[in-house]
Amino acid sequence: MNFSLSDEQKLLKDSVDRFVAERYGLDARRTLIASEDGYGRKNWKTFAELGWLAIPFSDASGGLGGGPIEVMVLMEAFGRGLVVEPFISTILMGATLVETLGDKEQKAAIIPPVVRGEKLISFAHVEAQSRFTLSDVITTASTDGNGYRISGHKAVVFGGDSANQLIVSARTSGNQRDEDGISLFLVDAEAKGITRRSYGTVDGLRAAEITLSNVLVGPETMLGKEGNSFAGIESVVDGATAAVCAEAVGVMDSLQEQTLEHLKTREQFGLKLGKFQALQHRSVDMFVACQEARTMMYVATLSLNKPRADRIRAVSAAKSHIGQAGRLVGQEAVQLHGGMGMTDELAVGHYFKRLTMIDTLFGNTDHHLERFAATVHG
Amino acid sequence: MNLEYSDADQAFREEVQNFLRDNTPSTIRTKIDARQKLTKEDYMAWHKILYGRGWVAPNWPVEFGGTGWTPLQCHIFDEEIGLSGSPRVLPFGVNMVGPVIMEFGNDTQKAHYLPRILSCEDVWCQGYSEPGSGSDLASLKTRATRDGDEYVVNGSKIWTTSAHWADMIFCLVRTDTNAKNQEGISFLLINMHESGIDVRPIITMDGGHEVNQVFFEDVRVPITNLVGEENKGWTYAKFLLKHERAGIAAIGSQKRQLNRLKEIARAEQSNGQALIEEPRFRDKISRAEIELMALEYTELRAVSAANQGRVPGTEVNLLKIRGSEMQQKISELLIEAIGYYANPFVPDSFDAGWNEEPIGPDYAAALAPEYFNWRKSSIYAGSNEIQKNIISKMVLGL
Repeated sequence: MNFSLSDEQKLLKDSVDRFVAERYGLDARRTLIASEDGYGRKNWKTFAELGWLAIPFSDASGGLGGGPIEVMVLMEAFGRGLVVEPFISTILMGATLVETLGDKEQKAAIIPPVVRGEKLISFAHVEAQSRFTLSDVITTASTDGNGYRISGHKAVVFGGDSANQLIVSARTSGNQRDEDGISLFLVDAEAKGITRRSYGTVDGLRAAEITLSNVLVGPETMLGKEGNSFAGIESVVDGATAAVCAEAVGVMDSLQEQTLEHLKTREQFGLKLGKFQALQHRSVDMFVACQEARTMMYVATLSLNKPRADRIRAVSAAKSHIGQAGRLVGQEAVQLHGGMGMTDELAVGHYFKRLTMIDTLFGNTDHHLERFAATVHG
Repeated sequence: MNLEYSDADQAFREEVQNFLRDNTPSTIRTKIDARQKLTKEDYMAWHKILYGRGWVAPNWPVEFGGTGWTPLQCHIFDEEIGLSGSPRVLPFGVNMVGPVIMEFGNDTQKAHYLPRILSCEDVWCQGYSEPGSGSDLASLKTRATRDGDEYVVNGSKIWTTSAHWADMIFCLVRTDTNAKNQEGISFLLINMHESGIDVRPIITMDGGHEVNQVFFEDVRVPITNLVGEENKGWTYAKFLLKHERAGIAAIGSQKRQLNRLKEIARAEQSNGQALIEEPRFRDKISRAEIELMALEYTELRAVSAANQGRVPGTEVNLLKIRGSEMQQKISELLIEAIGYYANPFVPDSFDAGWNEEPIGPDYAAALAPEYFNWRKSSIYAGSNEIQKNIISKMVLGL
């Protein structure tokens, strides 16, 4: 039983904390969001040079063989800085799916350029009707000669605007919500039959609605075995879920600090706001929520290499808990900032928006409460 | 980072489990299973069993008769006690006054009191709150006036748990009325059998008798019963409060209660199905289970830091707040779970020897009184509002 980072992990934390503190101010972030790409190519290059893009991949695939704890360290810092680079979509979703399900050739073709920062790859999975049910896939891939023709609509594909490549989930057999029968295909983002409608998200990221209309792909594009990719999808999504829990913890800690700073400087009725007991107690509620969220971040992260039932129990407990804690911390941070908390000028609103959107990723509080309950109570 | 217990920790846990299974007297086990009240004799018998094994004071240093266990082992021990439903040792001697005497008492006091705490020769109670001094503890007025080699004590203490069982009380008394509140307080050990002490029971809304009001009228206490220096008692009191709150999250017994909640929710019917299948109630159970997980691992973060030699700080305040809230939450779900059978109230059924047919399911009778009783936990040991004041000042710097 030990909650400390190793020396190497501490070095990683120092490095990413420094990057966020020195290079990722609110103004720099505004510029990135307003840019054509919507993120910093230079930052992405830096991530590659520092080895951050290689962390989750095995040595054999050209990675650094890091694990969930290293990803957690990165994501927490990214949360503190509201980093907009497509780390989740490309590294934790796209390339991790290749690492999990891909064959040797696919890994060799994709992971090294991703790790060098030269390729962006998004997971086009969610559909308008699927909400948080990972097995709910209508998009179909029907055989055509040796290959397949894919048709369907993929919703809110994060990083889908800038991705060079997409991993598209499509049903090769079974009914709409069957776990069996879902296949994954590596598709060029510019392939014939793909329409991308790109947009900015409310928290400063980019995403796309992607329509596939008879997109023809060869058999070599299939990732994993035909109809048999659900378990891989589920474990990759659980990993990403734990990662956004860490991001949320970074966001929450920052909101807590910003709020305390405000309470220590702003005066009303001739007193610092922090002298009012009503506000003190609400600050403590925020503090408690942040502490417990951090605990659940550890619980989720350290479960990722465990058997499926243990993993689901921990990850869903954490996501559900952090969803609630995040609501409290985000809403209170805005409230305690008063009118200034409502402005676009202050950072607090931007953190609040990100935290609120994290709850929608990979299943919200209710979804994960249900998933937890189903595992625990049968 | 690693959230697993080591093999050595697991082996230790099994040793504790085996001991508890084999050594809890059947009279006590029967009462626990029947959710009946334990008597003073039960607590003393259990204390002596643990004393015989050398486990009565896990957190004491070996030189004073403690176990020398690591903080993590102490946590495991507490958890197993709670999970098994075995009684906790009354905390006032072992967990409260004992550490104060060790830290601030003189050699004579250590030699006299510590062995008697371990062997249960003295049962202790705590004289802190007064009718006019609850959260504002430092305003206390019980007066100790010096008269030769004695103090003469006058005043009253309230909410005194186990005063009706106790041989000794450790008291905060005012020895200087001119100094600032915190600076005129002393820490005095008083024999409960002295003349001039009157213990009057306070019956709480659950019908139980745990707490009392204690009256002191010209009670003469030898000055050798002063701990540390005169007028420095506030320092010792604060030291003690930290010990009082350690382990207060009671993870083991909360897990036991949660398991009980699930069993009851499986046995209870609602709309033709088990209550646990009803989505609204199942969500509440799941939420409680997740919150308990967050509390457990938050406590383990503190325990593991202590295991690595870090001195525990204000995390006890957080654990006190969340621990008490969870105890109340689970007791609330238990009362919800039994529906109409929360209503019948047969006080005699909580006493040993009552052997009539229970009214309704046998698990139901104690749940409403327990729910009412647990409302105390956010009030005692420094109300949760006081805990928030402390965190606000000490951690957040407000």
